[in-house]
Amino acid sequence: MAIIERPATDTPAVVAPTVPSAAYGALKRPVSTTSTWRSWLFTVDHKKLGLMYGAVALFFFIVGGLEAVLIRLQLAAPDGKVLNADLYNQMFTMHATTMVFLFVMPMASAFANYFLPLQIGARDVAFPRINAFGFWAFLFGGIFINMSWFLGGAADGGWFMYAPNSGPIFSPSNGIDFWVLGLQITGIASLTGAVNLIVTVLNMRAPGMSLMRMPIFTWMVTVVQFLLLFAMPVITVALFLLMFQRNFDATFFDVAAGADPLLWQHLFWIFGHPEVYILILPSFGIISEVLPVFSRKPLFGYPFVVFSGAAIGFVGWGVWAHHMFASGLGPVSVAVFSVATMAIAVPTGVKVVNWTMTMWGGKLQFTVAMKFAIGLVVLFTIGGLSGVTHSVAPSDTQQTDTYYIVAHFHYVLFGGAILGLFSGFYYWWPKMFGKMLSERIGNWNFWWMVVGMNMTFGPMHILGLQGQPRRMYVWTEARAGEGFFNLGFWNLIASIGSIILTIGVLFFLINIFVTARSKKQAPLDPWDARSLEWMTSNPPKEHNFDSLPTVGHLDEFFHRKYQEDENGQMQRVKSAEEVLKELEDNADAHIHMPSPSYWPIVLALGLPVIGFGIIYSIPLALLGGAIVLFGCYGWALEPSTATEDEIDPPSGGQSQEVVKVG
Amino acid sequence: MADTALHTEHHTSTGLSNVKLGMWLFLGSECLLFGGLISTYMLYRGRVGEGPTPSQVFDIPFTSVSSFVLLMSSLTMVLAVSAANQKDDRGTTLWLTITALLGATFVGGQVYEFTAFYNEGLGFTTSLFASSFYVLTGFHGVHVTVGIIMLMSLVGILKRSKVPGSKSETVEMIGLYWHFVDVVWIVIFTLIYLIPV
Repeated sequence: MAIIERPATDTPAVVAPTVPSAAYGALKRPVSTTSTWRSWLFTVDHKKLGLMYGAVALFFFIVGGLEAVLIRLQLAAPDGKVLNADLYNQMFTMHATTMVFLFVMPMASAFANYFLPLQIGARDVAFPRINAFGFWAFLFGGIFINMSWFLGGAADGGWFMYAPNSGPIFSPSNGIDFWVLGLQITGIASLTGAVNLIVTVLNMRAPGMSLMRMPIFTWMVTVVQFLLLFAMPVITVALFLLMFQRNFDATFFDVAAGADPLLWQHLFWIFGHPEVYILILPSFGIISEVLPVFSRKPLFGYPFVVFSGAAIGFVGWGVWAHHMFASGLGPVSVAVFSVATMAIAVPTGVKVVNWTMTMWGGKLQFTVAMKFAIGLVVLFTIGGLSGVTHSVAPSDTQQTDTYYIVAHFHYVLFGGAILGLFSGFYYWWPKMFGKMLSERIGNWNFWWMVVGMNMTFGPMHILGLQGQPRRMYVWTEARAGEGFFNLGFWNLIASIGSIILTIGVLFFLINIFVTARSKKQAPLDPWDARSLEWMTSNPPKEHNFDSLPTVGHLDEFFHRKYQEDENGQMQRVKSAEEVLKELEDNADAHIHMPSPSYWPIVLALGLPVIGFGIIYSIPLALLGGAIVLFGCYGWALEPSTATEDEIDPPSGGQSQEVVKVG
Repeated sequence: MADTALHTEHHTSTGLSNVKLGMWLFLGSECLLFGGLISTYMLYRGRVGEGPTPSQVFDIPFTSVSSFVLLMSSLTMVLAVSAANQKDDRGTTLWLTITALLGATFVGGQVYEFTAFYNEGLGFTTSLFASSFYVLTGFHGVHVTVGIIMLMSLVGILKRSKVPGSKSETVEMIGLYWHFVDVVWIVIFTLIYLIPV
């Protein structure tokens, strides 16, 4: 599991097998090569897994985006004919589900997987095979949910899946069953990822990397993993209850049988509100890395940013019922949750102040990454302010289920989370691929996205305050109003905006394509960056660092490059190449990396089989269970590091596992 | 997780091994899982509809005995961990087997109890009380069963192991899980059986 390092001694650094080797018959240890598809399918390397997370998430971003465009086309004109009511319900449900569970969360996982070990000076995560399992479970879960499109229709109850709409009477297709079981599978992926990354952060930091020297991105990701750790089991319970209701005739949410429909709402939002911080905090982390680099200043008030992030994590558990103000909770509950909701704006506001003060007086460089970061600060603040208006319960009751809410959460999620992720793309692309994304195309990407985003979601504030309800598949001209507040005008603007937004995203895809074809290599340290992930080659070697750095500062890489002169000014004393050379000169003689394994993908493959079994026939579920059990045994009996004779075809002399450096 | 022995010597920032820290985090997450299920049961325990009420079906002396058996299995688990720390693989195997048997007795008691309740008219879908009772205790039973499978697999692995004591951390990990499942049962038993509706 963990990386085994041995000090450079004369004795050969071969790890003794803990169980007899070569005992796994058909599933002997996979070869660890660098070029074939096998090296991706069976990899346990956190960087490869990070890239795969990113690629799959980007695919689902396009899927979710197309679903959104269809919704906007339907609503562009009165009495839209693009979608029928049933398809429209499926479309908005799957748009939200895809964007939340299959794009933003896994894209944050992609960055976390790739950069968290690098940022704390580790060679891999604590449990590399569990990491691989998490990715495959996410992929299979995502495919499983979307297969419902071809098997009788997708889920149509909204991503919140309120009872009684989620019951078999109102949603007789298998869509919600696929949704329930698919989210269970991706939930397992999130849970294993959370355990893995928390242990990595707590246990695998480089010497000297105290918690308060960790980069902010690592900090925010850690807070997110704690939220996932405690939020996922709650939605797991809710999904199990719904599954028992739909597939095994229980009546947990059936009012006619005496059930309390609020039970679902509470369970869902106890998960669902921490979930919104799960979505936004990684992006907060990303721009907290980007803003200091392009302002040529350290992050203003590092401890405040850390602790406000942790505070958001805590208070995030106490505000869930503000999603339920319209459900008649009673005045005391409503008052408590109103105040808590106002309170959580404070740590978020602290962050906005810190970002602004970081830029204040800095030598700003308006790269595309920086523009996206500034875009986040501005647009998230707008979304945050409309969020504070929701804490005023009487006003919220008026706005509930209108487009005002849609406007709010798209400003925080698109303007916040997604712009942050794009900032991360442009900032870290040279680190991941060794090539820079084009700044020229990037500028087109940025401006089209930002203009499109504001055109799409800005008018929704007006639409909502005028009373246009969410989730209605048509609106009629007869009730659209007059003049400035005419619904038709603003709906059309929003729909045109969504097309502009799509073109903006298209520029990003073009940029990826152009960059991939370009021969130009990125410099080692293109942004003059500050944190440890830049203290290695582009892209990093398989073992990340030739020798593990000893950390003496927050922003260690910066402090190795710059030192104070007698006037108190920071002066450059070393280039990035020289810093890297120092590490290479002191390279560890033997570095053991965890070996690839078949078992993560085998184990993950059993999960959708169980899912199909629950929907269609129980024996199939038993087969899935058998696959899972088989995977568990293979996994448990396999040592995490292969011995020489286990690698097939047997390699003579120096194996892949023992990387001789320096 | 067969190679835990390697990691005890491996340096970590906290000094705790990775698997131990990971297990504690996982159990923290499990608390919320049972928290959700227990909340559901507490909300619905009085909603018996046309079906039997809790006091009509519960056989408290029987369940008390099987609860006692489960709690005793925690004691034998401690003895297994202690034997493993002393590199006594035979003792470990013995205590692990006894732990698994005690756990199996508990699960057997649960199967008997479910059958008896069913015969008395408490089906899975009879009432909200019935559904939430079966889901909560069933989830716990599944956890015990998974624990038994892990214990027996560990016994099998120990028989093949050539280095005595090499699995001591794995024994300790499964021990943590086992104790957690027992502690959860104390909560469930108190809330379901001992507090009158």
